[in-house]
Amino acid sequence: MRIGIPREAWPGESLVAATAKTADQLVKLGYEVVVESDAGQAADQPDHVYEEAGITVVDRATAWSSDVVVKVNAPTDEEIGQMRRGATVISIMAPARNPELIDKFTDAGLTALAMDAVPRISRAQSMDVLSSMANVAGYRAVIEAANEFGRMFTGQVTAAGKTAPARVFVVGAGVAGLAAIGAASAMGAVVRAFDVRPEVAEQVESMGAEFVKVDMKSEVSSDGYAREMTAEQEAATALMYDEEARNADIVITTALIPGRPAPKLITAETIAAMRGGSVIVDMAAANGGNAALTVTGERTVTDNGVVILGYTDLAGRLAAQTSQLYGTNIVNLLKLLTPGKDGQLTLDFDDVVQRGITVTLDGESMWPPPPVQVSAAPAAAAPAAVAPAEPKKPANPMTKVYAAAGGAVLFGVLAMFMGDQLLQQLTVLMLSVFVGYYVISNVAHALHTPLMAETNAISGIILVGGILQVGSPNLLVTLLSVVAILVASINIFGGFLVTVRMLEMFRKD
Amino acid sequence: MDFLTSDKLYGLIQGAYVIAGICFIAALAGLSKHETARRGNQAGIVGMAIALVATILLALREQQLIAEIEELTALVGDDENLGRGVWITLLLILVPIAIGAVIGAQKAKTVEMTGMPELIALLHSFVGLAAVLVGFNTYLAAPQELDAAHGVEIFLGVFIGAVTFTGSIVANLKLSAKMKSAPVVLPARHWLNLAVIVISLVLMIWFMNSAGGSEFIGAVPLIVMTALALFLGFHLVAAIGGGDMPVVVSMLNSYSGWAAAAAGFMLGNNLLIIVGALVGSSGAILSYIMCKAMNRSFVSVIAGGFGSDGGSTGEARDYGEHREVMADEAADILAGASTVVITPGYGMAVAQAQYPVAELTRKLQEKGVEVRFGIHPVAGRLPGHMNVLLAEAKVPYDIVLEMDEINDDLPNTDVVLVIGANDTVNPAAIEEPDSPIAGMPVLEVWNAKEVIIFKRSMATGYAGVQNPLFFKENSRMLFGDAKDRVEAILKALD
Repeated sequence: MRIGIPREAWPGESLVAATAKTADQLVKLGYEVVVESDAGQAADQPDHVYEEAGITVVDRATAWSSDVVVKVNAPTDEEIGQMRRGATVISIMAPARNPELIDKFTDAGLTALAMDAVPRISRAQSMDVLSSMANVAGYRAVIEAANEFGRMFTGQVTAAGKTAPARVFVVGAGVAGLAAIGAASAMGAVVRAFDVRPEVAEQVESMGAEFVKVDMKSEVSSDGYAREMTAEQEAATALMYDEEARNADIVITTALIPGRPAPKLITAETIAAMRGGSVIVDMAAANGGNAALTVTGERTVTDNGVVILGYTDLAGRLAAQTSQLYGTNIVNLLKLLTPGKDGQLTLDFDDVVQRGITVTLDGESMWPPPPVQVSAAPAAAAPAAVAPAEPKKPANPMTKVYAAAGGAVLFGVLAMFMGDQLLQQLTVLMLSVFVGYYVISNVAHALHTPLMAETNAISGIILVGGILQVGSPNLLVTLLSVVAILVASINIFGGFLVTVRMLEMFRKD
Repeated sequence: MDFLTSDKLYGLIQGAYVIAGICFIAALAGLSKHETARRGNQAGIVGMAIALVATILLALREQQLIAEIEELTALVGDDENLGRGVWITLLLILVPIAIGAVIGAQKAKTVEMTGMPELIALLHSFVGLAAVLVGFNTYLAAPQELDAAHGVEIFLGVFIGAVTFTGSIVANLKLSAKMKSAPVVLPARHWLNLAVIVISLVLMIWFMNSAGGSEFIGAVPLIVMTALALFLGFHLVAAIGGGDMPVVVSMLNSYSGWAAAAAGFMLGNNLLIIVGALVGSSGAILSYIMCKAMNRSFVSVIAGGFGSDGGSTGEARDYGEHREVMADEAADILAGASTVVITPGYGMAVAQAQYPVAELTRKLQEKGVEVRFGIHPVAGRLPGHMNVLLAEAKVPYDIVLEMDEINDDLPNTDVVLVIGANDTVNPAAIEEPDSPIAGMPVLEVWNAKEVIIFKRSMATGYAGVQNPLFFKENSRMLFGDAKDRVEAILKALD
């Protein structure tokens, strides 16, 4: 089967669905791959790079007439018109928000696979294009904000005076939010972040930000996405958004609810109260934006000097890397769809991933797919309150003293009835036990094996018994003694030599 | 032969015993640190040499004294043979020592470091056997002069020695996989053990009071008790599973010490008592450390049958799916990391993977990756087993860290390689209060950015508990033989 990589038609789109490297991987799956001339120009992938990798560069019509067309954005009407009936198109297509697009696919008799419909399960992460692009976009959002912001991010004390660090507030701790947190804190800013899912607080903190808490109940997400909140929750959080945004120099919003317009979180009043020179990067702009005054795709400046960036192409602004990541997502998907590595694309609807991304099949609508539960969640449903370890009764410090005193008295009484020799032997035994206890307690764990071999060798001292008995006139005693001496000396020599051997091995660079 | 019979020699011998005892203490003290370990071992060897020479002289001195008495009694017409003479005795001592030395040296030279647990268990059994023989000899040499105190000493010495002997042999068989490592559980096994101990106590009372009867009547209770103790040793260790072997081996180490100490009491020999007590307390502390590392009481380990009863395997949970990774991808991940921690377990020993792992360490270090090892106290089948294996493969010991040293650094680690470990890296120990291993301190590898787990299959570890680590978002499974997989990564790194 032939895979066509067309040039993206959207104005300003810089991405390409396959770089020379990922196209080559598609060839290894058995496909014939063609790429439209100039498709990768804006992503640092000029035609000759493809040609050097053995990929044929073709004209637009040839690319679009392929069996499988792989691209980044949803195809336009004109592009759908160029496709053959029964062909397959793979792209980002937001099927939940574009029912008319599904109709167009059914009319044209196409099979359409939506890259942005990959279910969020562990196995499908390698093809989760939203995650890979959101990661890049989150980083770029910070860079764009830094570019607009009139100060440095990091706080410094210099000979020319002190500068305060920039304060960044990130809304939404998904992939984009976490990437933005990481980038901003790496640049030295003080970062605070909020998410309606309290369970992500740990991730937020691990990226170097402080998690803003709102006193409210929230349900644990079962599909990996945040939900829209209830009315009372909203009232509590609205107050928090207002307060945090006023205090921040940079606000980066990433709040999205799948299949619905983005929630309005930063109101016009809040923006009006922000300091001049502050920057809002609205990463939800493509879905309407989280800030009230966002203009999708535009940079706007409010009357009080707040810059609002509504760019929708943040990932595309790092075109070469994003294309590489997107291309790898595509390769991973096609690996799944090409189990035989024979260049034949097959769909298996028993697989939730393959079923989930299929929007139309040979002109028949398959949307929406049955819901997929992210299986990691059920365990969290029963967070059995971790029983606090039984609080140990605070040991009475005197108990030990009494026990020791009692033991001493008992021993004294026994000693009165013991023979002289036995008492003397017991003295030796007890002192040795204590010496052994303190000596051994200090042994490093790493040396426990040599220690055991050494004690093994030393306990071969039992051969002293054999030596002292071997001269007995009783033949049986002599024989048993000889055996005892023999086995005990195996112990002594074996134990010491093996200890030597082990200790020789321990070395330091 | 005046030299042998002089009082000064006797004083010298007793003095030598004191010096030897100090040498042994110095040996154990030296072993506490890498820097002093070799000197410690040398001190032990010197101490043993002094003790041997002194004891041989003591034995010869007795023979000489006996010979002189015989000369006197022969004058009055009494030909009774009281000893074997100085030269014969010397021969009877030196020949078995020489044979033992050859066998021991051979074993020490040829043993694989992975086979160390078996060898140590085998050596314990020899001490046990020697203790039994010495105990019998002490009785046989003078059956009619047995007093109560002496009777107890002999009886205890033989009992401990016999338990050590069969217990160690079973441990050896289990460790060398000649016997199934799963617990062998007889019905009512605790009652069985208790019965053996009670019967032995009754036999001891009989034995203590046997002196007045017919000449060797005391041998009857002694032999019956020995048979019972041999069974007890077998039964105790057979009921304990393979994963608890670190505790068992240290426990047997301790027993072998107490057996030597009991022999010291029988013979009135202080050196034996000192050494026995040192070894006995050493083994006891090691067992205690191992038990703490598994968060289990000593009694529950010794009672055995872990994983086969108690029924507390926890409810079956759905942890979701695991992700696989191929060797070449793993190599990419490693090459891109700046800090790597390797946590080996028994599986590394089984697969003999320590050499490729060391090679991998060197290669990553050449690429500027910081590589360290995190060792759980009960990893392997012997305390410190992993350290010895890594040392054998020439991994510098200063990058091999203990669990407590490495746990805090794991969140800042890029990649953790789990090689043949399972229960020791199981987050259920911390996260699931109803898990059988709940509360056991573990290596918290899941805090690292990526975890790659080398495993043969998805089977559970020794504790029979499923490991939620395999299903964490940041962990990937690399299936196959640990050695093959590491070698594949090495190839991919080139």
